Amino acid sequence: MSPLSACLLLSSFLFSIGLAGALTRRNAILVLIGIELMLNAANLNFIAFWRYGANPSALTGVMFTIFSISVAAAEAAVGLSIILAVYRHSKTINLDQMNSMKG
Amino acid sequence: MISAQNIDQIFVILKHWLLGYVPALLQPIASAIISVVPVLIAFPLLFAITTVLERKGLGRMQNRYGPNRAGPFGFLQPMADGIKSLTKEDIIPRSADHLVHFMAPVLIVIASFLVYAVLPIGRNMVITNLNAGVLFFFAVGSMVELSVFMAGWSSRSKYSLLGAMRAIAQMISYEVPLVLASIVVIMAAGSLSTVTIVNLQATYTGIWPHWYIFTPWGLIGFVIFMIAATAESNRCPFDLPEGESEIIAGYYIEYSGFKFALFFLGEYLGMFATSAMAITLFLGGWAAPFSFLTFIPSYVWFFGKLLALIVGFIWIRGTLPRLRMDQLMNFAWKFMLPLSLINIFAAGVWHYMAAGPIRWLVVGFIVIISCILLSRGLRRDKWFHVRTYRYAS
Amino acid sequence: MTITFLFLAAITIIGTAAAMTLRNLVHCVLSLTLGLVGLALLYIDLGAQFVGFTQVLVYVGAVAILAVFAIMMTRSAEPSENTSSPFRVSGALIALAVFAVLAWAIFSGTNFLPTSAPQPEASVNQIGIALMHQYVLPLEVIGVLLTAALVGAAVIAMDEVRRAR
Repeated sequence: MSPLSACLLLSSFLFSIGLAGALTRRNAILVLIGIELMLNAANLNFIAFWRYGANPSALTGVMFTIFSISVAAAEAAVGLSIILAVYRHSKTINLDQMNSMKG
Repeated sequence: MISAQNIDQIFVILKHWLLGYVPALLQPIASAIISVVPVLIAFPLLFAITTVLERKGLGRMQNRYGPNRAGPFGFLQPMADGIKSLTKEDIIPRSADHLVHFMAPVLIVIASFLVYAVLPIGRNMVITNLNAGVLFFFAVGSMVELSVFMAGWSSRSKYSLLGAMRAIAQMISYEVPLVLASIVVIMAAGSLSTVTIVNLQATYTGIWPHWYIFTPWGLIGFVIFMIAATAESNRCPFDLPEGESEIIAGYYIEYSGFKFALFFLGEYLGMFATSAMAITLFLGGWAAPFSFLTFIPSYVWFFGKLLALIVGFIWIRGTLPRLRMDQLMNFAWKFMLPLSLINIFAAGVWHYMAAGPIRWLVVGFIVIISCILLSRGLRRDKWFHVRTYRYAS
Repeated sequence: MTITFLFLAAITIIGTAAAMTLRNLVHCVLSLTLGLVGLALLYIDLGAQFVGFTQVLVYVGAVAILAVFAIMMTRSAEPSENTSSPFRVSGALIALAVFAVLAWAIFSGTNFLPTSAPQPEASVNQIGIALMHQYVLPLEVIGVLLTAALVGAAVIAMDEVRRAR
């Protein structure tokens, strides 16, 4: 198994762990953490292809990862503030109990 | 044989001589160990000296003797403190989270020691010359906040959680001016490597050095950096999270014995590391202040500057009262952050103007006017009014 | 497949698996931090040092602390009644199916790339030049995006009483 395949396998494993967490956990913060994990798995993919792929001197993988980290951080900030606002309104962040559009 | 050059490089020569005795296969590991061990010895020793220096200095400023029982003039006090903290009972609250409670001091010590890897202590004396050294410093330094939270939360106590939340809010607020103040130096030097930054400052025109503190943007950057470093280490006047008269010890209230000593060690090592980074960025690292003083070895200059900054920290601790939480946050977000952004702009203007007195005037004007306007803007009732004094009758 | 890679992969997998399965929320965030540090070390091992340090600075120094603050403010750290989610089994099955498809795609598709390549160089100088030449538009857009996110997050999470005043 080449090093590239090992990295890609690891990143797909992390992606599926994040997906499992985002689908099964009931706390909104843990769903957000699962989404962050999926973004990180994609970043690992970018770096692996930059390292072992064709034309690494164009730095495409590295640049994309830097932008992806920034966007993921901004999205985490906005997502957590939305969770705070929802908690202030309905006193819960259990996703099973947020099932009505009313209120 | 005994020349100024050889005394300056004596540790490098010693390391190469020791490496000669190591088989070729183990050379990388042995080289790493020989580079790391002096840092592991020197900085905890400096920590021990600083504790007694601080207590005696504060005592003298408060018109009393400091500790003077243990040894001549009290200078064996750290040994007494060490024996006390090692032999105290390690009490953990029953409802505490044991794993997190144990990992918090471990993490703070690891983070505090790891940042010394990129600080150049002398000429050719850096553990590793990373291409992105300054970024490594700030990245590993931000792990301290996580360990503060772990300490505060795992103790399951109201006071420790409150202290931890205050400490984290303060540390993340002051991390932004800290990093922005170092960006001006990175812009001027053109590199994130600490060795390159110091090498660029180690040159002289005539007898005057090229330190970045001798420029208007460098001076303001140094002041911002030192204020932010004081807040990052939770030192007075920013020690609300660990104020003795407020919430006793804040986030490490439930720690006793050796773990408390580890927190103390981690905090002081963080203070030394940020002082060392300020020296590297603004004060020329291991370079001598005048070109005729270069016969004194480079590590002597580094530790001399470090001691001067530590004395400055102790002096400020004994002089200024504690800032309240809202005053602290206002200061960070409404004064330091705009000032550091304007400083970056001023450094850019400096870079694009020709060398001469004109750029000193222009950049100095920008910096001074922004300082005055921002500090007046913080106190809305005193906006350009004549100051009146009222004496007690 | 060096020993370094296996060790770092093990740290990452343990950290992230623990993050998604533990009961205590603060433990979840702390093990996520361990997993992300493992990922940063992997980036450094692959030669992208700048990205590795940025990952530690952003995720460990900011996102983890943000998540912890959110947990504190929404009182999720207290033990709650733990009835199991109805989607546990189906969610795990879907994730397993996704992993199976991705693994099949990896093993059938990457045979044409070289298995060992010389270490490319991504010095900070080159990254800076690339940011200012080819990638200057994404850089400016990211600046606007981060400013919008900052202002938006502050406005959303602000106390409504203070806003109405």
